[in-house]
Amino acid sequence: MLLERVAVARGGRELVRDLSLALGPGDAALVTGPNGAGKSSLIRVCAGLLRPVAGRVAASTSALADARLALDEERPLQRALAFWGGTVEDALRALNLLALADVPVRFLSTGQRQRANLARVVASGAPLWLLDEPINGLDAESTDVIETLVASHRANGGAVVVATHIPMSLPGATELRL
Amino acid sequence: MSGVGARALVARELRRAWTGGGLVTPVVFFLLVAVLFPFAVGPDARLLARVGGGVIWAAALLAALLPVERLVGPDLEAGVLDQLAVRGVPLPGVMLAKIAAHWLGFAPALMLAAVIAAGLLGLSVETLVRVEAGLVIGTAGLAALAVATGALTAGLRGAGALAGLLMLPLAVPLLIFGAGAVTDGTGALKLLAAVSLLYLAGAPPVAAAAVRAGMD
Repeated sequence: MLLERVAVARGGRELVRDLSLALGPGDAALVTGPNGAGKSSLIRVCAGLLRPVAGRVAASTSALADARLALDEERPLQRALAFWGGTVEDALRALNLLALADVPVRFLSTGQRQRANLARVVASGAPLWLLDEPINGLDAESTDVIETLVASHRANGGAVVVATHIPMSLPGATELRL
Repeated sequence: MSGVGARALVARELRRAWTGGGLVTPVVFFLLVAVLFPFAVGPDARLLARVGGGVIWAAALLAALLPVERLVGPDLEAGVLDQLAVRGVPLPGVMLAKIAAHWLGFAPALMLAAVIAAGLLGLSVETLVRVEAGLVIGTAGLAALAVATGALTAGLRGAGALAGLLMLPLAVPLLIFGAGAVTDGTGALKLLAAVSLLYLAGAPPVAAAAVRAGMD
């Protein structure tokens, strides 16, 4: 993924300016900053959902996990994930959600929903992961699971952009403070 | 990398329409309007038989307004449209799938209810056949309008009321030719089909552009 002198604005306010970043296989970027600094907007720019007001974005196929779950609430977790395709069962196992496969999404707790959100990313098999606050609402054990998953994704040649206000272990990551 | 196919999109929409009660409400509403009419104009069987076809069309139009809010808004809010866009699924295609699914759900339900309404209004079998022929064609146009309106009003406060103001004027040609087909036959049916095709062609790009604008 490549960001070239990118500027991001929301509601007429410029949040990010002149940001350049290049991520290759195995690389990671850690976006930090206070609330409202433009972390989520930057992630949406990387995903191609928000047009930067200046600069250029080039990204390979990506998978996005943000504050919105995008799973049908009334469906059992596994079926809801299956709509998005990919290796659903492996992803559920990786995130310790296999026991909840038959539970409708609306009954999941905050932490479980967050893990389901990441399961969609893991299942997608996309080379670039864009994670907006991935460990928000997770306990220490689940945080470890996520960190391990991200590390193995990078070891397999994937890249990841993480935006977070909670410290997260991401060895060797390029840090972007907004 | 996994994709989401057209069939999966249509199947999801149909399932949501049936399980969420999204189709039952408009159909019951449609029947209620058809039942209310004789109370308003009196029980004169000849009069009811003459205006019945038009009544069914007006009721169908009003019933078509009810599902508008659930067609696009919830998906935008839940991030489903974001996820589809990230996966590179073209948004006009998503909107076309929504139109197809809405038509596949709404048309048969409405046509079945129209049989009951025709009985209540004392329509002849011949008139009923013409009404149904018009409904098959006209509901496709109505579905296109409903999805486009749903996309334009998604995320707005008071979306339901606004949807009525947007959609009803555009639905007037469908009403004119649909009700016209009850008395005039095939000529009006062809014009009805033309209007439906126009809306089917125009709605997906319009709805996609509205959703895009909402994402920014």
